[in-house]
Amino acid sequence: MTKTIKSISNPKLSVNVLTAAEVRQIHTATLDVIENVGVRFPSNKALDILEAHGAKIDRDSMIAKIPGAIVEEYLALSPPEYTLAALDPQLDLPLDGNHSYLGTDGCGVEILDAFTGERRRTTKQDVSDVARVADYLDSIAFHWVPISAQDCPPDSRSLHELEAIWRVSKKHVQTESIVTEAEMRAAVEMSAILAGGREALRQRPVLSIMQCTYSPLAHDGGSLDAGLIAAEAGLPVGYMTMASCGSSGPITLAGNLVVGNAEVISALALMQMAHPGCPVYYAAAQTATDLRTGAYTGGGPEDYLFGAATNVLSDFYNVPLSMGAYATGAKEPDWQAALDNSLSAFMAVATLSDMLLGAGLLHGSRILSYEMLMMDSEIWGILHAMFQGIVVNQETLALDVIRSVGPGGNFLGQRHTRQHMREHWQPTLIDRRPYNQWEINKDGSRVWALQKAQQILQEFHPDSIEPQVAAELVKIISKVEAGGFSESGQKQ
Amino acid sequence: MTNELFTQLMNSLIDGDPEATVALTQEALAAGIEPMAIIREGLMPGMNAVGDKFSCGEYFLPDLIIAADGMRSAMDLLEPELRLRQQTVESPGTVILGTVAGDIHEIGKSLVGTMLSANGFKVHDLGVNVPTNNFIQKVRETDATLIGLSALLTTTMTVQREIIQELTEAGLRSKVKVMVGGAPVTRSWAEEIGADGYAEDALGAVQLARKLSEAH
Repeated sequence: MTKTIKSISNPKLSVNVLTAAEVRQIHTATLDVIENVGVRFPSNKALDILEAHGAKIDRDSMIAKIPGAIVEEYLALSPPEYTLAALDPQLDLPLDGNHSYLGTDGCGVEILDAFTGERRRTTKQDVSDVARVADYLDSIAFHWVPISAQDCPPDSRSLHELEAIWRVSKKHVQTESIVTEAEMRAAVEMSAILAGGREALRQRPVLSIMQCTYSPLAHDGGSLDAGLIAAEAGLPVGYMTMASCGSSGPITLAGNLVVGNAEVISALALMQMAHPGCPVYYAAAQTATDLRTGAYTGGGPEDYLFGAATNVLSDFYNVPLSMGAYATGAKEPDWQAALDNSLSAFMAVATLSDMLLGAGLLHGSRILSYEMLMMDSEIWGILHAMFQGIVVNQETLALDVIRSVGPGGNFLGQRHTRQHMREHWQPTLIDRRPYNQWEINKDGSRVWALQKAQQILQEFHPDSIEPQVAAELVKIISKVEAGGFSESGQKQ
Repeated sequence: MTNELFTQLMNSLIDGDPEATVALTQEALAAGIEPMAIIREGLMPGMNAVGDKFSCGEYFLPDLIIAADGMRSAMDLLEPELRLRQQTVESPGTVILGTVAGDIHEIGKSLVGTMLSANGFKVHDLGVNVPTNNFIQKVRETDATLIGLSALLTTTMTVQREIIQELTEAGLRSKVKVMVGGAPVTRSWAEEIGADGYAEDALGAVQLARKLSEAH
């Protein structure tokens, strides 16, 4: 089990993707949309809260028009900093605006089996296996539910996924797959057992919640109700827009940011109205629609720009960001995948996005590949090294050693070289061998990545929680399956 | 004069100007041109040209959708006239379409509907979050030979299986071919639940619908 997490902080590199004036323009346009076009909140609970706080509500269309000043007033109650707790406090993730963390991607439906290579539907066992590999890697700071436990019943599946991860890893978990009140109540109870009670959970949220908006300009009722329950319990809640240029959002990037922003900040304002000061975060994975097929692209220059732009917006609102980065549309861990995942991660990190989602999936977050997971981890290592930038001081200017080597010598045998050489990044998957050596097996990154993943799967069997604690989690899941936890006490 | 009007009609579809398509269709009807001629000489060549441009990569989906909107509006004007004359346009088939219960995702399903309509299929779009029974009822009520079930969530995919089971129990399974789609849907899922076909995008859905209609 890793005892450290490779986060990126104090980056020496940065990019400027939007000026302060442009952010203002996007913000003003967003408030105009929320106030005059409105956002659909298909939940009576949500509409009641919005109405009580000054929004104009149409009960038939379930559209709320919230005055801009009210949105701003409530958004401002969001805490700018908090910590995502882990079961092991050494693995806690402070969201302090000065760290980028990488998580796994989600939520895939197929997996390329690590041993047979077969592409098949995902199971609870796969969730557990992927979590073990993610737990092993110091680049992975937190788990997203990477793939769906499709062999479990739909109305308790999200809880089986959490159980599977918690059994093998003490890292923080952020789930994106809870969309009903009953499951959320159960998830709160499960997390409280791990944290040592409801109040302890509020202090140390070992679980955070990601909900999707329904672009354009709408929310899902179950996601709103579930989010409100999480916010009440003090679990950090984020709303993710996936507004896609040309289909679920305007074709222009700025317009798409406005639509996505309206969805996210209207939901965050709702959370603050209901539970002032509750930890929330911005979440986004905006993209461009492929104009030839209508498909989700998962990559490309538009995506990379969104990765940086969204962080500028979340900084403007002073809330953390969980950003859909990596997540290539490629079918294999190939040139396209490396290009997509490197550039999107670079842009997100260059603006210091707090949480990056995520590593390991192909084909637009549909197919899990262990090779890709290992390669994404290596990309993170490269970024980690790059963002430290170039250190300039007396020691690094190296005048003494330059003097002693002089013209025409070499630096290989110098003490200065030996002292600093381990500061250089070292590859585990990138092939720097001589050509003749490569020629023997003509292998390389993909083969090595798979071998490493296979080795972890065979040898690394961490135990995270005590068997009796696991048994309590299982009991709660059984209760949900028997119809418990829904508001009326009946199965929905 | 008539030929020029047909050319203008065709170009209005190619140029993505539905208002012009409607105005020109009205003008043609007012000039006493037979509705079937308007379709065969003006509208169809326009739609075919748009389709060709799309196939060779020159046109994008919005070009197709806007042309299909123009075509749809023109047909709304022409259909009453065709009925008066007891004429019908040949259709490759009738399709029932909807997003399954518990799922409100619309864009993909509607895109499939538009593309099917543009290709001559008669489409009954039941909308989103459609109760399973509404699908069954619609199969009973119509002469549809195809049904398309959309699901975007891993938790609602399972409803596709339920609908197929319900169709079987209602004795209607042989009446319709079932197509399934949506982001998490895969070929192996389609096979597992006993669907007749699966497509990854709207154009694939049209090809599949054509294939299944011919087989029917």
